[in-house]
Amino acid sequence: MTISTSTSTSTSTNTSTSTSTQTSTGTDTAVNAAPTVAAVGAVEAVAAVEPVGAGDGSRVRRRRRRGLAPGRPWPASRLAGPLLLIALWAAASAAGRLDTGAIPAPWTVLKTGVHLWTDGTLTTDVLTSLERAGYGFAIGLVAGVTLALASGLTRTGEALIDGTVQLNRAIPTLGLIPLFILWLGIGETFKIAIIAIVVYIPIYLNTHAALSGIDHRFVELAEVQGLSKARFIRQIVIPGALPGFFVGLRLGVTGSWLGLVVLEQINATSGLGYMMFQAQNYGQSDVILVGLLIYGVFGLISDSAVRLIERRVLSWRRTLSS
Amino acid sequence: MAPHTEQLTRPAAVRLRGLTRSFDGRSVLDGVDLDIPAGQFVALLGHSGSGKSTLLRAVAGLDHEVTGGGELTAPERVSVVFQDSRLLPWRRVLDNVLLGLDGRDADRKGREALAEVGLKGRERAWPNELSGGEAQRAALARSLVREPELLLADEPFGALDALTRIKMHALLRVLWEAHRPSVLLVTHDVDEAIVLADRVLVLDHGRIGLDLTVERPHPRSYRDPLLGEYRERLLAALGVTSDVA
Ligand SMILES: Nc1ncnc2c1ncn2[C@@H]1O[C@H](COP(=O)(O)OP(=O)(O)OP(=O)(O)O)[C@@H](O)[C@H]1O
Ligand SMILES: [Mg+2]
Repeated sequence: MTISTSTSTSTSTNTSTSTSTQTSTGTDTAVNAAPTVAAVGAVEAVAAVEPVGAGDGSRVRRRRRRGLAPGRPWPASRLAGPLLLIALWAAASAAGRLDTGAIPAPWTVLKTGVHLWTDGTLTTDVLTSLERAGYGFAIGLVAGVTLALASGLTRTGEALIDGTVQLNRAIPTLGLIPLFILWLGIGETFKIAIIAIVVYIPIYLNTHAALSGIDHRFVELAEVQGLSKARFIRQIVIPGALPGFFVGLRLGVTGSWLGLVVLEQINATSGLGYMMFQAQNYGQSDVILVGLLIYGVFGLISDSAVRLIERRVLSWRRTLSS
Repeated sequence: MAPHTEQLTRPAAVRLRGLTRSFDGRSVLDGVDLDIPAGQFVALLGHSGSGKSTLLRAVAGLDHEVTGGGELTAPERVSVVFQDSRLLPWRRVLDNVLLGLDGRDADRKGREALAEVGLKGRERAWPNELSGGEAQRAALARSLVREPELLLADEPFGALDALTRIKMHALLRVLWEAHRPSVLLVTHDVDEAIVLADRVLVLDHGRIGLDLTVERPHPRSYRDPLLGEYRERLLAALGVTSDVA
């Protein structure tokens, strides 16, 4: 569980960072507006009273209050931070302020990437890694959802499954590696199994919590409307649990990459991590950076894909970010 | 209940005999006897905590885990309107109205019900795009589309502002006249009760303490001086004197 904990922290940090940058714009206006607003919730009254007492009409115009929500998101705003980082990196390299042995220039990394790609080694490594992450993720997803449904919707399931998963959660998944190697050999199977475990736990936990936390008022409504058990589950329980499921899904996606990196760096004979491990032995920091960048791009793309699906499926939600 | 003999020729929609309910050994309903004839509009008043909701939930069959006894007869088709609109946020308004409804012309019925409550054109809106009053009207449409023989409402307008509430009173009365279900309306608002209902009950110490038939023609005005007498009697039954200070 060490893995999913750390992922969850990292995701929440992302969100809170973006929020805080945008609220700061709102704060400026709030400070400006502060003297005009006498009391919270008294906007109407203020507007009605002020024109009477004001000598110069310029200051009294009532501002439309800035909402507490961060406001309209900029287009492609997520890319702004990373692009700035790359620009700084390029500038520092061009100015010769960086030790090229430790941090090669962006264009060197790019050249190495293109070179590795054209000679075919990179393609093989990337495909191997994608396959591992993909299989592990798919198995974890199916297992997480199935177990959550079984334990969230039936008492027998809950008795059998929930405690077991909580136990599994208490064991750091990476600690299982030696045992899994003994059981499954050092081939692909054990890697996929570890990734699947890292993925299924957050999906199970969040989906199960959402399923069992169904609003009691909606249960009552279903009884009043005479819904059958099957319809109740299909039309109320499952749609109500989707937001929780998506939280788990996003943690699971990040978890699959994290599991992959760890496995490939420790026990690899092929794949991106193996490529980077070899590069470390030969002191090729540019190759290591190519590997890291690809991991980063994978992570970003998959997370964006999940967000996109989430926004489509949960279009009924009006949240802060919409 | 002598005044109702002529109405009792129709079958009673609700019949309670010695209905008791208690929580943790504390008795809340202590032998309620009540007949509601088919098509009668009844309001139920009582202090906070007097057991109005408990009684309504018993009639609705929603109190599986509550201890109690007595005899209870209620119609087959019962609809409930809650204090909150209780629309499912992930279903569009029309789909909320159609929740649990089957049949080929369900869709048409749902649209008609929405038009009746003045929400024509909002079929595809999401519930959180509706105002409080609109949401409550959608909830009314959801309860009416099932053509209930009995409509139970637990402070359905409690969360609305005064103006909206007056409009909702008129709407509820119009809907009742069009469909004629029996109505049991729980409220803490004496004026709401006497303007809307043909009969007002006061729940007191676990029993029906006062059973008052309001004989004024509809539509009634809040300023009708003849309603004042009913108000006095009800307030007295609730242990409140009307003159402040
Ligand atoms: N689920 C419950 N568990 C324990 N006590 C309950 C429960 N539901 C109601 N009661 C108790 O029963 C009594 C009657 O409650 P009820 O909700 O019927 O009152 P009410 O007349 O509807 O009041 P209000 O006007 O405030 O809604 C109260 O004292 C309440 O505390
Ligand atoms: Mg109540």
